[in-house]
Amino acid sequence: MKPAPFKYYAPVTVDEALAHLAEHGYEAKPLAGGQSLIPLLNFRLARPSVIVDLNNISELFYIRPDDGGLLIGAMTRQRQVEHDPLVAERAPLVHEVMPQIAYPQIRTRGTFGGSLAHADPSAELVAVNIALNGRFRLRSQAAERWVPADEFFVGLFTTALEPEELLVEVALPPMPPRSGWAFQQITRRHHDFCIAGVAVVVTLNDRGQCEQARMVFLSAGDRPVIAHQAAEMLKGHAPSPELIQAAAEKAARDEIDPGSDIHASAEYRRHLAGVLARRVLTQAFERAKARETGKSGNW
Amino acid sequence: MNNLHTITVTVNDTPYERTVEPRLLLSDFLRHDLGLTGTHVGCEHGVCGACTVLFDGEPVRSCLMFAVQANGHKITTVEALGTPDNLHPLQEAFWESHAVQCGFCTPGFLMSLVPFLEQNPDPTEEEIREAISGNLCRCTGYQHIVDAVKLAAKRK
Ligand SMILES: Cc1cc2nc3c(=O)[nH]c(=O)nc-3n(C[C@H](O)[C@H](O)[C@H](O)COP(=O)(O)OP(=O)(O)OC[C@H]3O[C@@H](n4cnc5c(N)ncnc54)[C@H](O)[C@@H]3O)c2cc1C
Ligand code: FES
Ligand code: FES
Repeated sequence: MKPAPFKYYAPVTVDEALAHLAEHGYEAKPLAGGQSLIPLLNFRLARPSVIVDLNNISELFYIRPDDGGLLIGAMTRQRQVEHDPLVAERAPLVHEVMPQIAYPQIRTRGTFGGSLAHADPSAELVAVNIALNGRFRLRSQAAERWVPADEFFVGLFTTALEPEELLVEVALPPMPPRSGWAFQQITRRHHDFCIAGVAVVVTLNDRGQCEQARMVFLSAGDRPVIAHQAAEMLKGHAPSPELIQAAAEKAARDEIDPGSDIHASAEYRRHLAGVLARRVLTQAFERAKARETGKSGNW
Repeated sequence: MNNLHTITVTVNDTPYERTVEPRLLLSDFLRHDLGLTGTHVGCEHGVCGACTVLFDGEPVRSCLMFAVQANGHKITTVEALGTPDNLHPLQEAFWESHAVQCGFCTPGFLMSLVPFLEQNPDPTEEEIREAISGNLCRCTGYQHIVDAVKLAAKRK
């Protein structure tokens, strides 16, 4: 199949792009890397009558340091993020997941912001940005607002973005001291969308007790799932293997809501999620401890 | 409504000026408008890799870009690599290692691997398999393709 006809605009500034979106509203779709949108157009699952191409807007391509954290322009290519030394240093969790997203040829084109705006509940970057407490800057012609990552994803392929808004920037705060991170997923074939996956960032207090655990599951419902109850179980305690096991089981049993499809049953996904949760928590606490005692721990 | 765009695209070092509808995929532009049928089209949703070309030197899916987006850019297709009498070293290695059966997937593999070998002239087997993870082959079972890449790397 081929895409249905559309009008094409290739603005060179954000203001110009926002003017097109304001004029056309629901009829228009921004085009970022096109690695999710163009398949939908090719199959005519989406038929916008206007495409606003963001690829010529140079002000949306950047990675900048920001107060110990990072600012990433929405159009920054996934491949750029993958190889950026500042990302490796300040957001090692992002650095670790980038090569696991799709294939090299997809990442040369796919963008950091596009993956978030697309809001696939199996997307690595969706879970990782929530685990890292990312914040998203959204702009329309009339206004600008910041939305925390955990409020941005509102349903299956659905976000807080209004049709006349663009995601322009992602802010990743620095991880607190004594923090560790981990990401694991199970895929049928290397690089496929995962059948179960989980990202986590944990922080210890100065007595070695868990102060915070942000564990986010992917492919576990119609949107990313934050395991609040498991986090409560861990809080205030030293992370023993038994406690980690109990928290992982709690999350997999009571907090996620995976579906069944041709790739895996809900039951099987739940099982995998529990196993992965135990592994990522164990690894993340180890990294947090290594950091506490001054061992570099892959930091 | 005039919904046509005039674009200038440099393909394999030759500039072409054409007038296109915005919905025309880059893959169809190369095959139908320019007659460069070396670029193959398998799935049209980014999965098979047969349509891989270089966009400003980097491997991309030509089925997941529009021709209008190539305006002012450089495209390299498999036609730029070698000729039947004078194969590119990687094509030569594919031929010798039996890395080609039906050949449908071959242009996509070549266009993914040429930039890969430029950046990583002495890759490990794991790195080779990673580099071709986004290309499907229904015939060879991949082993001969991996062998061909090793052979090409050894000869460089
Ligand atoms: C074969 C294949 C395998 C893949 N595997 C994976 C995988 O394993 N994991 C994974 O996470 N992804 C995977 N992807 C998806 C890939 O990462 C996409 O690049 C990503 O989902 C979308 O980013 P994009 O820049 O291509 O956005 P586009 O496809 O251009 O856009 C996606 C959607 O977001 C909207 N949008 C984009 N940017 C903005 C913005 N700045 N503001 C507002 N709206 C915007 C668009 O209008 C569209 O609705 C795969 C894709 C393919 C083709
Ligand atoms: S035809 Fe483009 S990836 Fe299959
Ligand atoms: S040789 Fe036939 S698909 Fe690869």
